Amino acid sequence: MNTLTRRAVLGGALALPAIRRAAAATELSFYFPVAVGGPITKIIDGYAHAFQQENPDIAVTPIYAGTYQDTLTKAQTALKAGSGPTMAVLLSTDVFSLMDDELIVPIDTVAGDPAWLSGFYPAFLQNGQIGGHVWGVPFQRSTIVLYWNKPAFQAAGLDPETPPADWQSHAAMAAKLTRREGGETRQWGLQIPSTGFPYWLFQALATEAGATLANADGTRTDFAAPGCQEALRYWIALGKDGVHPPGIVEWGTTPRDFLESKVAMIWTTTGNLSNIRANAKFPFGVAMLPAGQRRGSPTGGGNFYLFKGATQDQQQAALRFLRWISAPERAAQWGIDTGYVATRPDAWATPVMQHYAAGFAAATVARDQLAFAVPELSTHDNQRVTQALNDGLQAALTGRKAPDAALAEAQATAERLLRSYRS
Amino acid sequence: MRASLAAWALVLPSLLLLVAFTHWPAVETLWHSLHATPRGNRPAPFVGLDNYRALLDDPVFFRALWNNTIYAAVTIPASVVLALVMALAVNRAMPGRALLRMAYFLPTMLPMIAVANIWLFFYTPDYGLFDQVLSLFGFGRHNWLGDAATALPAMIAVAVWKEAGFFMIFYLAALQTMPPDLHEAASLDGTPRIMFFRRVTLPLLMPTTLFVLVNAVVNAFRMIDHVVVMTRGGPDNATTLLLYYIYETGFRFWDTATAATLTVVLLAILAALAVLQFGVFGRRVHYR
Repeated sequence: MNTLTRRAVLGGALALPAIRRAAAATELSFYFPVAVGGPITKIIDGYAHAFQQENPDIAVTPIYAGTYQDTLTKAQTALKAGSGPTMAVLLSTDVFSLMDDELIVPIDTVAGDPAWLSGFYPAFLQNGQIGGHVWGVPFQRSTIVLYWNKPAFQAAGLDPETPPADWQSHAAMAAKLTRREGGETRQWGLQIPSTGFPYWLFQALATEAGATLANADGTRTDFAAPGCQEALRYWIALGKDGVHPPGIVEWGTTPRDFLESKVAMIWTTTGNLSNIRANAKFPFGVAMLPAGQRRGSPTGGGNFYLFKGATQDQQQAALRFLRWISAPERAAQWGIDTGYVATRPDAWATPVMQHYAAGFAAATVARDQLAFAVPELSTHDNQRVTQALNDGLQAALTGRKAPDAALAEAQATAERLLRSYRS
Repeated sequence: MRASLAAWALVLPSLLLLVAFTHWPAVETLWHSLHATPRGNRPAPFVGLDNYRALLDDPVFFRALWNNTIYAAVTIPASVVLALVMALAVNRAMPGRALLRMAYFLPTMLPMIAVANIWLFFYTPDYGLFDQVLSLFGFGRHNWLGDAATALPAMIAVAVWKEAGFFMIFYLAALQTMPPDLHEAASLDGTPRIMFFRRVTLPLLMPTTLFVLVNAVVNAFRMIDHVVVMTRGGPDNATTLLLYYIYETGFRFWDTATAATLTVVLLAILAALAVLQFGVFGRRVHYR
């Protein structure tokens, strides 16, 4: 082979990828927190497919990556190794960790269209608004609500249409709903789960008691505030009074306990609404959490984040996808299919959502509670700070530490961890 | 000279693999443990022994160390003794022997994640298997995994259940190779069975026991799948084992320096145990 042809062949081979890139679509991938196949993966696959039909120049691949925790770990590992997806749905509270590791870009710098971002509920945007930028697009968002078993209310001589409105009636109803036979409890009055992320449910109680767990900059916590102490004592007292199972209550089995009528009232995410609606063999109700000094619940769930490693083309394509997936009709349908709260007021104004809400009043409870919602606890070094609080809460709930001491210890740990982030 | 060259050439492939995947990472871990955790794109500064000093102030580390000590101290002897008893039980002619052997071995064949999910149901308060069975005898509900006093023993029970069957196979294999004339000679002499077991069977099983023991020790520090599935180290770190804490620190908190430091500590513990086993115990093993 002479030099000329060799060069031509080489040049042709080198040019090939460029040609293919021009012809094919911009490729996007996003990590999505689902562990196993099921209804949710079908919906997400459907979105990816439909988007591609409408936008042939963009190819979107969802990658299912396990729990939120697994997804975060996988995304961080891949990104730190220099590869990884274009986007991911991760907890709204992971924003500081992702910022500190310099992994994400602010959405507003890519969007250049503030009107679209301001169309989301402010309560959902709050977690991602730091330093004048918006870092996350709300997607599968939730709050904590109270589910109650109507026949159980009737059997206990309570009005089946009236859920508890404040802490006092909440505890009193729980007592009436607790059914004992001999030394055994056949039905608990109430369950507030405390495995995995007890801080989230605790934050609801603390907010209701008037406390704020952390500042907006994520540099200071206030775990030992009087409101926090009052909230934890209230929680423990429910167990001591025998109306709430003592010790730690499993998050995962709480909906099942409710479905099996082992417990008359539970606190859990709105994300469980579709599951409970499909499987409850009895009429049930959904209510806002009862008020202490005020009503309150943290928001929860996941936002879309856009990663730094993406090219300009990918970022713009990702933005188109994000605008597409959060369009009012789609946000409405997503909320109906899953039980997550549709993230934009205009989604609630769509005919499909209006029709759904008219036939199923429980669906609007979480939305109405947004007026009282606070951003979920989120700080720098978030996983560690929340772990300190989780450990303290579990120690207090299992009676290994006095509540005030447990909170003071968690606060001291958080203080040590956060000191270096204050400038 | 030529012979030693050939020897090196023969050893080279496995040596390369060993260096690349075992020794080099260990050295690198040691190196990382002397540096702070890098943040963002900034390089990690050298901090000497600071990470080790910080570990001495970490109550969770000591909790994990203590938990792991208890975990090892119970699972190792319990699973080994149980394995031996099971092997002796099924090492004779009896109806349904194959079925019994399979039943003992079944837990080993299941993946640990599946095992953990099954046991999660066993331990569920009220309608879990244990509470249902215990309620027949008039016992009340117990929150096995939610109570700091029972969570670690619950983890230990799963580990013993999972491991005993595996070790039984080795004991069974060793028992099968034992020459029957030993037993005949002993019974001609009128040796009591307990004496025969102590003086003949047990010594002949020593090489197997050493092997099983090494495995048991390694597993006591390595098996954490069920912790991830069942308790995630909770409640309040009651079930946090050393390796789980390393994972949490490394991949959840992204404090890679502390994770490296913890790994070095774990390596040191395992090295010390290995020296102890092969140095002291190994000398008393009788190989044929």
